[in-house]
Amino acid sequence: MKTALTVALAALLAASVPAKAVELTFYYPIAVGGPLTKVIDGYARDFEKENPGVKINPIYAGNYDDARIKALAALKAGQPAQISVLYSIDLYELLEQDVIVPWDDVAATADDKAWLKAFYPSLMMNGTYKGKVYGIPFQRSTIVLYWNKDAFKEAGLDPEKAPANWNEMERMAAKLVKKDASGNVTRWGVMVPSTGYAYWMFQAFARQNGHDLMNPEGNHTNYAHPDVIAALQYWRDLGAKYKVMPEGTVEWGTLRQQFTEGKTAMMWHTTGNLTAVKTSATFPFGVAMLPASKQRGSPTGGGNFYLFKKTTPEERKASLAFVKWLTAPERAADWSIATGYVAVRPEAYETPKLKEYAQGFPQAVVARDQFKFATAELSTFQTGRVRKLLDDAIQASLTGQKTPAAALKAAQGEAEKLLKPYR
Amino acid sequence: MKHVYGWLLLTPAAILLVGFTHYPAAATLWDSLFSTGTVVHPSRFEGLGNYAALADDPIFWRVLGNNFWFALGTIPTSIALAMLMAIWVNDRLPARALVRMAYFTPTVLPMIAVANIWLFFYTPQIGLLDQIGAKFGVASHNWLGDPNTVLACTMAMVIWKESGFFMIFYLAALQSLSPELEEAARIEGASRWTFFRRVTFPLLMPTTLFVLVNATINSFKLVDHLFILTKGGPDNASSLLLYYIYQVAFSFFDTAYASTLTVVLLLLLAGLALLQFQLVEKRVHYR
Amino acid sequence: MLETAAAWLLALLWLAPLLYAFWAAFHPVEFATRFDPLAPLTLGNFGKAWAYAPFARHFLNTVMLVTMILSAQVVLCTLAGYAFARFEFTGRDIAFGLVLVQLLIMPEVLIVENYRIMSRLGLVDTILGIGLPYMASAFGIFLLRQTFKTVPRELEDAARVEGCNFLGVLWRVYVPLARPTYLAYGLVSVSYHWNNFLWPLVVTNTVHTRPLTVGLAIFGAPESGVDWGVISAGTLMAVAPLLFAFLLFQRQFMQSFMQAGIK
Repeated sequence: MKTALTVALAALLAASVPAKAVELTFYYPIAVGGPLTKVIDGYARDFEKENPGVKINPIYAGNYDDARIKALAALKAGQPAQISVLYSIDLYELLEQDVIVPWDDVAATADDKAWLKAFYPSLMMNGTYKGKVYGIPFQRSTIVLYWNKDAFKEAGLDPEKAPANWNEMERMAAKLVKKDASGNVTRWGVMVPSTGYAYWMFQAFARQNGHDLMNPEGNHTNYAHPDVIAALQYWRDLGAKYKVMPEGTVEWGTLRQQFTEGKTAMMWHTTGNLTAVKTSATFPFGVAMLPASKQRGSPTGGGNFYLFKKTTPEERKASLAFVKWLTAPERAADWSIATGYVAVRPEAYETPKLKEYAQGFPQAVVARDQFKFATAELSTFQTGRVRKLLDDAIQASLTGQKTPAAALKAAQGEAEKLLKPYR
Repeated sequence: MKHVYGWLLLTPAAILLVGFTHYPAAATLWDSLFSTGTVVHPSRFEGLGNYAALADDPIFWRVLGNNFWFALGTIPTSIALAMLMAIWVNDRLPARALVRMAYFTPTVLPMIAVANIWLFFYTPQIGLLDQIGAKFGVASHNWLGDPNTVLACTMAMVIWKESGFFMIFYLAALQSLSPELEEAARIEGASRWTFFRRVTFPLLMPTTLFVLVNATINSFKLVDHLFILTKGGPDNASSLLLYYIYQVAFSFFDTAYASTLTVVLLLLLAGLALLQFQLVEKRVHYR
Repeated sequence: MLETAAAWLLALLWLAPLLYAFWAAFHPVEFATRFDPLAPLTLGNFGKAWAYAPFARHFLNTVMLVTMILSAQVVLCTLAGYAFARFEFTGRDIAFGLVLVQLLIMPEVLIVENYRIMSRLGLVDTILGIGLPYMASAFGIFLLRQTFKTVPRELEDAARVEGCNFLGVLWRVYVPLARPTYLAYGLVSVSYHWNNFLWPLVVTNTVHTRPLTVGLAIFGAPESGVDWGVISAGTLMAVAPLLFAFLLFQRQFMQSFMQAGIK
C-alpha cells in the first residue's frame, strides 16, 4: 500500500514540474535604417504568446559582416545560437566551417515540405546547395532604379517613363546633367554606388549583359568573360566617356542623401532604401526595374535564416516553427511594409494589407516584378576574398588606375588560385 | 626576504602583461608558421610558406606603402604644428585659454566620432569642402573616391586630431625652460627665429623624441577611421596594415595569414622605435 | 599682430568640425548642407538617433568599462611600481625592460591572438574581456615607479619605526604622496579607454557589452546609407560626457597630460 502511494506521489510530482522551455537565440542584422529592432522584438513576443514553452532571444548584430562575424564567434566560443539571419552569400563559408544543417532535414511533414517550396525561386538560389535548402529567405532585396520626376520634367523628358535599356539610360542621363555658370556639374544624370557593395552593383551590369559571375557549386568565377568586361567598360564609360556620372568611386552611404538633395537625377540602389527615400524626398519620384542590355537583370540581396548544427531536436523543431511563423504571408507582408524589403513569397502579395499598400504606393512592387529577371548574389568558397578581388578590380577601373580588361583578368587569375582546391 | 616581496608585488601585473603582450606576441610568431585550419582543411606546418605568400601579395605591398606615406605625411607635420601651437599658447596671446582649448579639443573625441564628422566634409557636392569650394568656383571633387587624394584626406584628419595632443607635451617642456635664456638672447640682439633654432629647438629634443616615438606608434595603431570613411578603398588606396590584419582575420577568417602580417607589424614597430632612439639620442641634450 | 591672427585662425579652423556637427545635429536634415542663419532649430535628430541605437546602454557599458579598468590599473600598477622603485631583486632590470615592451606592443596590435585567448577563457562578449589586457599598464607602472622613487627615505623609515610592514608603508606613505600622479594617470586612462575602438569591436558581439565607440561605428555605417542630422546628433550624444568633463576640468586634463609627459 505504502509503495503504491509513494509511486503515485512521485508520479504526480513529476507531472507537475513544467517541462523546461526551449530557448532560441538568433543573431540578425539590420540593413535598413529605422527602429526595426522593436519590430523584431515584437514578433518574438507574439510568437512566444502563441507558443508557450519556447523563448525567443533576438540579438541585433549590426550589419551583415558584423552578424556573420558575431554569430560564428559565438558558436566558436560555445555561446548558444540556434538560428541566425545571415547574408545569403555566407552559405559556402558556413558549409566549410561545418556549422549549418539543411532545413530539409527538419521539414518532416507534407505541410513543411510545401512551405519550403512557397518562396520565390530566385530567392532560393543563394540558399540551396546540392539540392538541399540551407537558407530560408527573410529580408531580401534587389537593386532598382530611382528617378526624380521633377528633374525629368525640367529636362524635357516624360516624367513617367524610366529608361528601359542602356542606350536610353545614357541618353536620358546626358539630358539630365545640369551645370552652373562656371561649367561645374550641379546635378548628375545617374549615380551607381561603387563602395560598400560594388560587386553587387556590378552583378547587375554583368547579368544585363548576359552573364552570371559564378557557378552554383561555388567553385568557379567568370570575371574575365568578354561580355563581363564589356559590362564594366560601360560602367566606366558612364563616368569617363559620357560624363553623366562622377568619376572615381561613388559612396554607398551618402548616395541616398545626394539623390534626395537633387544632386543626381537617377540612382541605382537597394529596395531597402525605399521607405527612407519616401520619407525624405521632397519631389515625386519613380522606381523602375534596372535597364536592360541584352536582357533585364539584377542580383538579389539580403539575409536568409540558417539553422545551426549545434542544436537539439527540440530546438530544431522550435526553430522550424518560428521561421515558418515569421514567413507566413501576413507577417511577410507586414515586414515588407515596415522595412521596404520585398515580401519573400507570392502569397504575401495576395494579403489585403499588402494589396492595399501596393495600390497606394506602386513603387513597392517593382522589385517583386523584377524577380523573374533576378539572379543569385555573388557567393563562392573563400567568399570574402573572392568578393574583395572583384571589389578592388571595380574600384581600380572606375578610378582609371587600370583598364576594365586588365583589372578583371588579374582578379580572375587570383580567384582561380583560391578556388582550385575546391574542385 | 626582499627578493620574494619584490616578485610577489610584481606578480599580478606580470601575469597580465605576459598573458596579453608577451605570450600573444610569441604565439603569433608560432601561428605564422602554420596554415589556417577549418573543419574541412585541417591546419598543417607551412614553415616560411606564409611569408612567401606575403611577398607575393600585392595588397600587402600596397598597404605597407600606404603606412609609409601615412607616417611621413602625419608625423613631421603634426610635430611641427604642435611645436608652433605650444609656442603661441605659451606666449602672451589674447584669449589664450580659449585658443588652447580649441587646439586640444580634438584629442578628447574618439576617432570614430571624428570620422563620422569628417565623412561629411569630404562628401562630393553636398559636403562642406565642396560647398566652400563652390563659393570660390572650384569644381567638386570626389575626395574619398579618388585614389590620389584619399590618403591625403585621411592624413589631414589625423593631423587635426593629434597635433593638440602633442602640443601639451611641448607646452610642459616650454614652461620648464628658464625665462632668463630668452632675456639673454634679446639683450644679445638675436632674432626670434635664431633663438628658436639655436636654443629652444635643441632644448626641446627630449620632448621631440618622446613625441616622435608616440606618433610613430600611433600611425600604425590608428585605423579606426577606415571603418567609417573608406573601408580601405578605393582599391586599397587608403588601407593600412592593422586594418588589413583585421580584414584578413575577421572577414576572411584566415588567422594564419593574419598572424604573418602581425609579425611584420611587430618587427616594424620594434625596428622603428630602436632606430628613432638611436638617431635622436645623439642629438638630445639632457639637462 | 600677424601671429595672433594666425593663431586665432588656426583655432577657429580646429574647432570648425565640431561646430559643424552641432549645426547639423540641431537643424533638420534639409539644412544640414545649407547654412541659413534663420534655419529652424530642432531636437528631432536626437530623438531619432536615440531610437536607432541604444545609447543609454552603450553609455552604461563604457562607464563600467573605464571604471573597472582604472580600478584594476591603480591596484596593479601601484604594487608593481612599488616593487620596481624600492625593492632589489634579481632580474629586476630585465623585468622592467619587459614591462616597457608593452608601451610599444599594445593589445590592439595583437588582436588575432588576444581574441583567441579570450575565446579560450570564455570572456568573449564580456566587459571583463574588453578590459583585461589593459589592466597591467606599462605606462602606469612607469609613472608610479618614477613618483615613488622621489619619496624621501626618511618618511619610510619613520613609518617602519612605528611598526609598519612593507605593505603598511606603501599604504601610509607612498600612496598619499603620489596623489597628483594618480589623478593625472586617471584622466589619461579614462580618456584613452573611453575612446578606444578596435579591440572592443573585436571582442564584443552584442549590445549588452558594446561601448560607445563601437555603438557609434555600427550606428554610423548602416547598409542603407546615412542621414547627416541623425549621425551628427548621435555622435554628439556619444562624445558629450567626455567633452563636458573636459570643458569643465580643462586645466586638470591638460595638467595631467603634461605631468605624464614630463615623466
